[in-house]
Amino acid sequence: MYDQISSNKLRSAALIVVFVLLVALIGFVFGQATDWGYLGLVLALVVAFVMSWGSYWYSDKIVLSMSRARPVDRDTEPYLVNTVEGLAIAAGLPVPRAYVIDDPSPNAFATGRNPENAAIAVTSGLVAMMNRQELEGVLAHELAHIKNYDTLLQTLAAVLAGSVTLISEWMLRSFWWGGGRRRDSSSGQLGAILMIVALVLAILSPIAAMLIQMAISRRREYLADASAAMLTRYPPGLANALRKIGGDRNKLRSANKATESLYIVNPLKGDRSGGMSALFNTHPPLEDRVARLEAM
Amino acid sequence: MGWILPCVGGLGLLVVVVIAAVIGIYNRLVTLRNRVKNAWQQIDVQLRRRYDLIPNLVETVKAYATHEKETLERVISARNAAISAETVAEQGQAENALTGTLKSLFALAENYPDLKANQNFMMLQEELSGTESKIAYARQFYNDSVMTYNTSRETFPANLLAGMFGFEPAEGFEIEEEAKEPVKVQF
Repeated sequence: MYDQISSNKLRSAALIVVFVLLVALIGFVFGQATDWGYLGLVLALVVAFVMSWGSYWYSDKIVLSMSRARPVDRDTEPYLVNTVEGLAIAAGLPVPRAYVIDDPSPNAFATGRNPENAAIAVTSGLVAMMNRQELEGVLAHELAHIKNYDTLLQTLAAVLAGSVTLISEWMLRSFWWGGGRRRDSSSGQLGAILMIVALVLAILSPIAAMLIQMAISRRREYLADASAAMLTRYPPGLANALRKIGGDRNKLRSANKATESLYIVNPLKGDRSGGMSALFNTHPPLEDRVARLEAM
Repeated sequence: MGWILPCVGGLGLLVVVVIAAVIGIYNRLVTLRNRVKNAWQQIDVQLRRRYDLIPNLVETVKAYATHEKETLERVISARNAAISAETVAEQGQAENALTGTLKSLFALAENYPDLKANQNFMMLQEELSGTESKIAYARQFYNDSVMTYNTSRETFPANLLAGMFGFEPAEGFEIEEEAKEPVKVQF
C-alpha cells in the first residue's frame, strides 16, 4: 500500500516534468516559426510552470467545475453524506467533501491532491439508482483512489492533458489567422516550418491522451475495486453497482475526453467498441471487474 | 595500530544504525498504539451521537403515535442501559438490545402515515441508520488498527522491544458478523 502511494507521487512528479518539456517544445517551435524567437520558449515555460502550479493546487476545483458538480452537505443530502462519513471512518481517512452532478447517468469520481483535500462527486442518477450496499461499494472504490493518491495523478493528468490540447489549438488558430508571420523568410521555408508545426501538434494531442492512459493504468481500477471490497467487507455491493451502471445507456453530458478516466466507469459509453480501440480504453471491461469481485 | 581507527569507526557506525532502528521501531509502535486509541474513541463518538438522537426521535414519535407508550419506553430504557453499561461485553449486549427496540419502533411507524411523512422523523430515521452503520464501520476500523498494531509488535525485531518498553497487546472487538442485508431506509 505504501509503495503504491510513493510510486503515485513519483509518477505525478514525472507527469509534471513531461508536461513542462512538452509545452516548452511547443513554445520553441512556435517561436522559431514566428519572429518571436526565444520569447516563445520563455513564454511557454512561464505558462507551463504557472499551469503546473495551478493544477497541483486547484485541479480538484477545475475538474469539479468542469463536471458541473455542486457541493452538498448534511442538510441537503443526508443519505449521501452519512454514507461517505461511514466509509471514511472505516478507511481511517478524513471525510472528503461531497458533490452531486445533476445527471441521470449513474457515475462517480474522486479528486484532490491528498486525502486532506479530497472530494467525491456522484451523479444524481447514481444516488437514485443504487441501494445502500451498492452506493457504499461505489464510494468505497472512490475512497480507495483517494487513499492511494490515485486522485492526485488522475486529476493532474486530466488538467495537464486538457491544457496541452488547448495550447496547441490556440497556436494552430494563431497560424490560421497568419498573425506574427516571419516577414523575411521565404514562403518555401515558412511553409516547411508550418508543416512541421502542424505535424507536431497533430501528434501532440494523441500523445497527451496517451499520457493519461499510461499514467492511469487500467490496473488501478482493479486495485480500487479490491480495496472497496475490503473496506465494505461486501464485494457483491460494488459488483451489483457496476452491473447496474453498465446496464444504463445514458451518457454523462458534462464528461469529456480529459475527464473520462476519472470516473468509476467510462462516462462516454459506446463511443469505442472492440478491436484496436480496446488498447486506448481508460477502463477495464466491466464484465471482467464484476467477475473478479464475484470471485472474492 | 592502523587497524584501530577503522574498527572504532565501524563499531560507531553500527551503534548509530542500531539506535536509529530502535528509534524507528519505537516510534512506529507508538503511532500504531495511538491509532488504536483514536479508533476506540471514534466508536464512542458515534455511540454518543446515537444516544443524543434517540430522545428527539421519541419526542417526535410521541406526538403522532400516542398509543405506543410501551415501545417508546422500551427504547428509552434500552438507551439508558447502553449508556450506563460498564464492561465492553455489557455494552455490546445493550447496544444490540437498543438496535432491536429501534427496529420495532421504525416498524411501528409504518402504521402512522402522518408520522412517516414528517420531515423531522425522516431526518432522524436517516441519521440513526447512518449512525448505526458508522458504528459498525468504526468497530471495523478499530479491529483493523488493532490487527496492524498487534502484527507489528509481534513480528521480529519489534517483538524484542515491545516487551521492554511495555507495549501491551491490544484487544479486538468481537462482533458477531450478522448477514449484511440491505439496510431498510423507508421514506
